[in-house]
Amino acid sequence: MTDKPRTVPVQSATFTPAVNAEIRRAAATGIYDIRGGGAKRRLPHFDDLLFLGASMSRYPLEGYRERCGTDVTLGTRYAKSPVRLDIPITIAGMSFGALSGQAKEALGRGATLAGTSTTTGDGGMTPEERGHSRLLVYQYLPSRYGMNPADLRRADAIEIVVGQGAKPGGGGMLLGQKISDRVAAMRDLPAGIDQRSACRHPDWTGPDDLEIKILELREITGWQVPIYVKIGGARPYFDTTLAVKAGADVVVLDGMQGGTAATQDVFIEHVGMPTLACIPEAVRALQDLGMHRSVQLIVSGGIRNGADVAKALALGADCASIGTAALIALGDNDPRHEAEYKALGTTAGAYDDWHEGRDPAGITTQDPELAARLDPVEGGRRLNNYLKVMTLEAQTIARACGKNHVLNLEPEDLCAITMEAAAMAKVPLAGTDWYPGKPS
Amino acid sequence: MQVIDLAETTLRDMNAALQAQNGSTNQTAWQILNPRGAHALAVGLDAPLDVTVAGPTGYYCAGMNARATVRVAGSVGPGVAENMMSGTVIVEGDASQYAGATGHGGLLVIHGNAASRCGISMKGIDIVVHGNIGHMSAFMAQKGHLVVCGDAGEALGDSIYEAQLFVRGSVKSLGADCIEKEMRPEHLTALAKLLESAGSDADPAGFRRYGSARRLYHFDIDNAY
Repeated sequence: MTDKPRTVPVQSATFTPAVNAEIRRAAATGIYDIRGGGAKRRLPHFDDLLFLGASMSRYPLEGYRERCGTDVTLGTRYAKSPVRLDIPITIAGMSFGALSGQAKEALGRGATLAGTSTTTGDGGMTPEERGHSRLLVYQYLPSRYGMNPADLRRADAIEIVVGQGAKPGGGGMLLGQKISDRVAAMRDLPAGIDQRSACRHPDWTGPDDLEIKILELREITGWQVPIYVKIGGARPYFDTTLAVKAGADVVVLDGMQGGTAATQDVFIEHVGMPTLACIPEAVRALQDLGMHRSVQLIVSGGIRNGADVAKALALGADCASIGTAALIALGDNDPRHEAEYKALGTTAGAYDDWHEGRDPAGITTQDPELAARLDPVEGGRRLNNYLKVMTLEAQTIARACGKNHVLNLEPEDLCAITMEAAAMAKVPLAGTDWYPGKPS
Repeated sequence: MQVIDLAETTLRDMNAALQAQNGSTNQTAWQILNPRGAHALAVGLDAPLDVTVAGPTGYYCAGMNARATVRVAGSVGPGVAENMMSGTVIVEGDASQYAGATGHGGLLVIHGNAASRCGISMKGIDIVVHGNIGHMSAFMAQKGHLVVCGDAGEALGDSIYEAQLFVRGSVKSLGADCIEKEMRPEHLTALAKLLESAGSDADPAGFRRYGSARRLYHFDIDNAY
């Protein structure tokens, strides 16, 4: 045997170990992968933006000493009773069914302590959730599971869900493992069977119909509460325009990093647009209609910290919304459960089989023993802490930019560190006054 | 009899007057004049009222009704009695799309025909249509009964769960997982009661029953289209 030099083994950048494993899994099972969460792929995101801060040409505010407001009012267009939040961060819609009752209660407790709202989800409103949420947004979804006029009147706002970022154009499927007797009863279906959520509403088609549907909901609720319209990040300029035309008080815009309880991985990773790319288009639509700040914009999908919140507001949003991050604050994917994650064939931080109902953290489950692991009081305390930190972070940045309210942040406060982010956010590449596509 | 003339009263004031009776009231008889196709008429009621709408309506008439009886002396637009919880809605004419959509309870009677998607996602409502129904009716129907004295269009009961369908005339086609089922004595009894409630003298023995084959209850890739 000669000592002839050989090429080193080279793994394909196209056929990566993960890609190959998925091919083998598909070949073995004949079924696509279903999982929870949002897009995991690397996307242009808020990390690709930086704040410029104040210096000679801008006047900063003193940290801790000079006031920087964080309150937000949602639903000022038509509602007699708009939603007033102390902080510019809300909790996104997540269903009882996808989440345990304890997790929903913890979200309500934490949101209430922080002075903000939480949101129901597919499956209706539970008494625990209403009881522990000072401000509760009631989702109006295609499935209409659990929908009833009594709960509608108990809500502080109504959110008509047209789409969500993880799967714009898609419905849902809550697998039978999570359909306990209580979940089944709330949804008027047999226990233990897979429950499909339709991708379209059953009694309206298109924005002209939606306008009439909004009229009906306002008539039932006496025009008291705001009507939000939630859209997935697909065609944000046109979707925002049509939502406003249909009469929305608030547009909720969810980018592809936004989570879901259960959807095909191919859907999550390959349909929709990054949150960063959605915001400027939605803001442009509102500005073209003369409705920016009159119809409020809530942005969700990959919001993780106060910097993300501040960047979303600077791009023109009125409020940010968190789902996945709130679950992590409660204990989802915590390394302290690593042994159990390993037993499930995964690892902390990567666990996404939320649809199977075996969550060691007791959050995405209906198993009574697992669900009992989450203390709603402690969970609420942790979520409140996290929301407080996010708010302080956003205030810190706003003061550094010389703003006495977080809503005064503006695109001029930002620069981008990648070409992609500059093009999507429509803010200059750092060190230049240019971004791709900038009108000459 | 309380009379509200929509030629002189706004929709908001009309609905507010009816909704003000929610709870208990002794003003139970109401008549709505000049509806002229208005949308969202008599929605969100929750009292034992007897409301007559003297003419045709637009979308979502009697939407989310509870306990009230709403009679429409005319035809109705899409989504009549959508998400009804209880009570009775009677349409003397025809109904457009989505009649009784997602209804949880109560009785919807349509003396004429109903268009497509009648009873879509129904969750416990009983619907009796004296005439025919359009395509994709009872799509994803979960609970309750849909009785059709005439014919049914294409894809009846597609992806149906536990709702029970009774059709006297022809069915153009059945949707995915919807099959004809044996009509047993208990079904004939239930059907007779529904027909009587809806003012129909049709013979239950002349109907056929349809329901779920329950093959879609657990996700199977081979069932995907």
